[in-house]
Amino acid sequence: MLIKLENITKEYHNDDIATPVLKNINLSVREGEFLAIMGPSGSGKSTLMHIMGFLDRPTAGEYFFEGENTTNFTDDELARIRNERVGFVFQSFNLLPRTTVLNNVKLPLVYTHGKNIHGLAEKAIAAVGLGHRADYFTNQISGGEKQRVAIARALVNTPSVIFADEPTGNLDSKSGGAVMHILQELHRQGHTIILVTHEMDTAEHAERLIKIKDGMIMDDQPITARRIAEPDGAINK
Amino acid sequence: MQFFLNELKTVLRGLRARKGRSALTILGIVIGVAGVITIISLGAGAQSLILGQITKLGSNLLAIMPGKSNEDGPPAAAYGITITTLTREDAEALRDQIRFPHIMGVSGSVTGTATLLWRNLNVDTFFEAVEADSFSARNIEIASGEFINPTNINANVLVLGQDVKELLFGENDPIGELVKIKNIPFTVIGVAKPRGNVFFNNEDDKVYIPINIGQKQILGINYLQMIGIKVDAAANLESTITDIEQLLRERHNITNPEDDDFAVMNLADAVSLLTTITDALKMFLTLMAGIALLVGGIGIMNIMLVTVAERTREIGLRKAVGATNRSVRNQFLLEAGTLTFLGGIIGIIAGVVISYLVSLGARYAGLDWDFIISPISIILAVGVSILTGVLFGLYPAFKAAKLDPIEALRYE
Ligand SMILES: Nc1ncnc2c1ncn2[C@@H]1O[C@H](COP(=O)(O)OP(=O)(O)OP(=O)(O)O)[C@@H](O)[C@H]1O
Ligand SMILES: [Mg+2]
Repeated sequence: MLIKLENITKEYHNDDIATPVLKNINLSVREGEFLAIMGPSGSGKSTLMHIMGFLDRPTAGEYFFEGENTTNFTDDELARIRNERVGFVFQSFNLLPRTTVLNNVKLPLVYTHGKNIHGLAEKAIAAVGLGHRADYFTNQISGGEKQRVAIARALVNTPSVIFADEPTGNLDSKSGGAVMHILQELHRQGHTIILVTHEMDTAEHAERLIKIKDGMIMDDQPITARRIAEPDGAINK
Repeated sequence: MQFFLNELKTVLRGLRARKGRSALTILGIVIGVAGVITIISLGAGAQSLILGQITKLGSNLLAIMPGKSNEDGPPAAAYGITITTLTREDAEALRDQIRFPHIMGVSGSVTGTATLLWRNLNVDTFFEAVEADSFSARNIEIASGEFINPTNINANVLVLGQDVKELLFGENDPIGELVKIKNIPFTVIGVAKPRGNVFFNNEDDKVYIPINIGQKQILGINYLQMIGIKVDAAANLESTITDIEQLLRERHNITNPEDDDFAVMNLADAVSLLTTITDALKMFLTLMAGIALLVGGIGIMNIMLVTVAERTREIGLRKAVGATNRSVRNQFLLEAGTLTFLGGIIGIIAGVVISYLVSLGARYAGLDWDFIISPISIILAVGVSILTGVLFGLYPAFKAAKLDPIEALRYE
């Protein structure tokens, strides 16, 4: 089992008033799965993703990642997991300004102390079909291309799992479709992908759908009528 | 190392993207470092100037002046009061080798202004009328001819200073020529070597004549204005001063030192006093430069805090892709250190240029000024500037390192 959440709870404390955001979440994700999480705004989707992606810690519960209990990991150990085993794609791209596509994709490798940084970055950029944009600055490319750069950055360290939090939220349907195509392609190559989205259409690109409401999992079903996205962004059912 | 180089590249790229602000940020450091370099260089230049003057004067010299040296104010002579009690007999008594075994030379002298006439040329200058053995007692060196000595002490002879010689005779040999002061004819017997400025007096704009003629024929006085003494070794200076004071009190019938009508001065003392003053000045100016560095450091901290706030999202992102707290902290420390290092380098260049210009100016003004840049001052300046950067970069860097990745990514 790649991911196993046991009774995960998250509360925020403001002025001594505890606001529960996640309540007793139990969830397992196998290697190679393509999982979509849906739910109304404020239901706790992003919070759950951040905890699974080691950007945040749960208030209570246990988190097993690749068989290891990560509950008591130090900040440095979590940084290492984020660097080597997890890739994150955000709704708002989060690319470095005044920096080239290539240097953006290299960023995680800077903290890996590895060799062949350049080659790995170029390979990842090619995988999202942006080889011709490698030396462009991030303010010189379109939104859809920005999100593909973000995917290349998430991919560059060959992580165990890629988290994408509303990756198409800021895109039109065509460039959104192109992004979904890349995610499906990565899944086909064996990557584990966890996707958060508002739209049923987008969620149906996955294999399994989880619905959450008020911090609780309400539904967990396989997707029967899967959508397939084309490289140009067109969507077939 | 690879990581460090990558980081340095990132930092430099970032700084270049914010040129204007980076320049303003390091201005304080530039001024501080330039200040330190300049002050240390000027201090060294001034001290070598003073030391050079001492060696010109000769070491182990004492000067006896008429009038009591008054610790509460200037000597009587400064008020125009003429004291006539110091005489050639006093100077003669000091030549007693039995009583004063450490005295190597004694030279009584008087000085005045004189118009020197040669053919139809004349030049306004100063004369110094000296006793026969002043050559050794005063460290005067001869460029050509001879100096005033026991064989010509009563003759109408004259030794030219370099500047006077050049004014009247140019490149020609003046030896044997006849010049006049107040209608008294003198034969030129020698030219002194250039001495330059000593305590802001041009020692080359003067002529030397025998004491008798200066006293009796030109000034019409029979007292001395100064007795120069050369002592054999520095260790004997203090005891010789005491011995001289004792002798002069005997001769002038003084029982209470309060009533002294003379003062024995140690030139080394004057010099060490000057050195103390320049040292104190240097300390003060260095302190000012230090304050400039401190202000520069606070400027760095201020800008770094702004930078950290502006780049909160970037910090969040870096943490999200695996930057540890330590690497975020190091990045900002490196950035502050790089900024101040650059500031230090620019400051050093500015300081060296300023010091060089000052030395040029001083030489132009006729001072024997050396252009000295001590390596220590450069090491000090670079070290202090980097230290300032790291020190004042610490707080912003720790602030950046502590940021929560999710909060930082959400920051607008
Ligand atoms: N730092 C915080 N302090 C207090 N409450 C917070 C904090 N962060 C999130 N919350 C609350 O937690 C709840 C869940 O937030 P979350 O971002 O996970 O929702 P979401 O399902 O991703 O919503 P959306 O679809 O709008 O992105 C929200 O009610 C939000 O207000
Ligand atoms: Mg969300």
